[in-house]
Amino acid sequence: MQQKIIEGIINGDRRMVARAISLIEDEASEKETILSAIFPYTGKAYCLGITGAPGAGKSSLVDQLLVLLRRQGLRVGVIAVDPTSPFTGGAILGDRIRMQEHALDKAVFIRSMGTRGNLGGLSRATKDVIQILDAFGKDVVIIETVGVGQSEVDIIKYADTTVVVLTPASGDSVQTIKAGIMEIADVFVVNKADLPGADRTVSEISMMLDLGGKKRAWRPPIVRTITLDGSGVGELHRALLDHREYLTSSGRLEKAREDRVRRDIVDLIEYKVKSTIWRQVSGSAEFELLVSRIMSRETDPYAAAVQILRSINLNGLSP
Amino acid sequence: MREEKKIRVLVAKPGLDGHDRGAKVVARALRDAGMEVVYTGLHQTAEQVVEAAIQEDVDIIGLSILSGAHLTIFPRVCQLLRENNAEDIIVMGGGTIPDEDIEELISKGFARALFTPGATSAEIVGWIRKVTAEN
Repeated sequence: MQQKIIEGIINGDRRMVARAISLIEDEASEKETILSAIFPYTGKAYCLGITGAPGAGKSSLVDQLLVLLRRQGLRVGVIAVDPTSPFTGGAILGDRIRMQEHALDKAVFIRSMGTRGNLGGLSRATKDVIQILDAFGKDVVIIETVGVGQSEVDIIKYADTTVVVLTPASGDSVQTIKAGIMEIADVFVVNKADLPGADRTVSEISMMLDLGGKKRAWRPPIVRTITLDGSGVGELHRALLDHREYLTSSGRLEKAREDRVRRDIVDLIEYKVKSTIWRQVSGSAEFELLVSRIMSRETDPYAAAVQILRSINLNGLSP
Repeated sequence: MREEKKIRVLVAKPGLDGHDRGAKVVARALRDAGMEVVYTGLHQTAEQVVEAAIQEDVDIIGLSILSGAHLTIFPRVCQLLRENNAEDIIVMGGGTIPDEDIEELISKGFARALFTPGATSAEIVGWIRKVTAEN
């Protein structure tokens, strides 16, 4: 089965791609073998991140960008993330509703995912699913984050270009100088630009960009769009192409991807060490004893952690 | 740290009627039962439904039909699933469907179960858990 899935991904079998994504999401034992086997076929896709508040128009923008990218003849994968319930683990994944025009286009592959407990605007599986879609032969992978607040900025770890979508009247000018989401944009979109307050939102972003003082090599353009009639989407597309050109010619794309590899390895090591330790510790008699000794103030969590770590065996790290 | 396999369900409203309250109630109930529900909205063609089901790798397709087009849509969805080697995806549905049509659709294998007005969320959730466990 594993081999069939790997060959399927490389040969463009969308059923096998879909199946592989589920295995990754479910943390199945086949996951690492599949990802290792397809790795040589990755590295070609350009990764575009779309983020913004709930209801800002992210899915509709993705839908309209798909039209333009398809017109260029590019094959596109979309990963659309929606929130998972922290109470039941269930999710309503509704981003496809806006993209159904492309459902029958064989060059477009859309996958909806729940966050499954991950904070930061993406699911834990997102970065691996990018790899799958890349090996599947997609030229562009668009990641649509969950509707975010101020600090869910994980998208910049994986996107080559990050688009932050705002709407008019989304707060006063102090909101624009706060840290977090406003710092991560390579391109700003003010969507629903037909609504009152659009000019003000644009000028507030613009002022925020100029407050920084030192001149930056790339000043994020601010694009107004109205997804209802598609206006501004062409301009957005040009801004994305400009940013890509800037990244490529300045060598920053290569640099960012190298940083990503570095971080990926560290993340993987962390994850493996953590799961190995947790498997040995969770529910063990020593662990439970320490919990009760901490409760009765005979020891403290810091000393307990050190004591547990001394007894951990990291040989034969688990997958 | 393997998670248990998550049940994924596509809820779609094929055809021309515009009442999706029932579909939304069911989608919500499945969400509350811990499932991932891909909701594709109104006015879907059978082709769109099947393609979405494949890309989303769902276990179940749930069709809500109130328009009377069930004798056309269910067989068409099943045919497309077969053409795409995806007949392992279970098709179920709900809506206003006369008893004799239910019998026909089920006996011919065009739907594994059909829930009509009065069916409870618990019945639907229980049924989905049972058939996905068997699959």
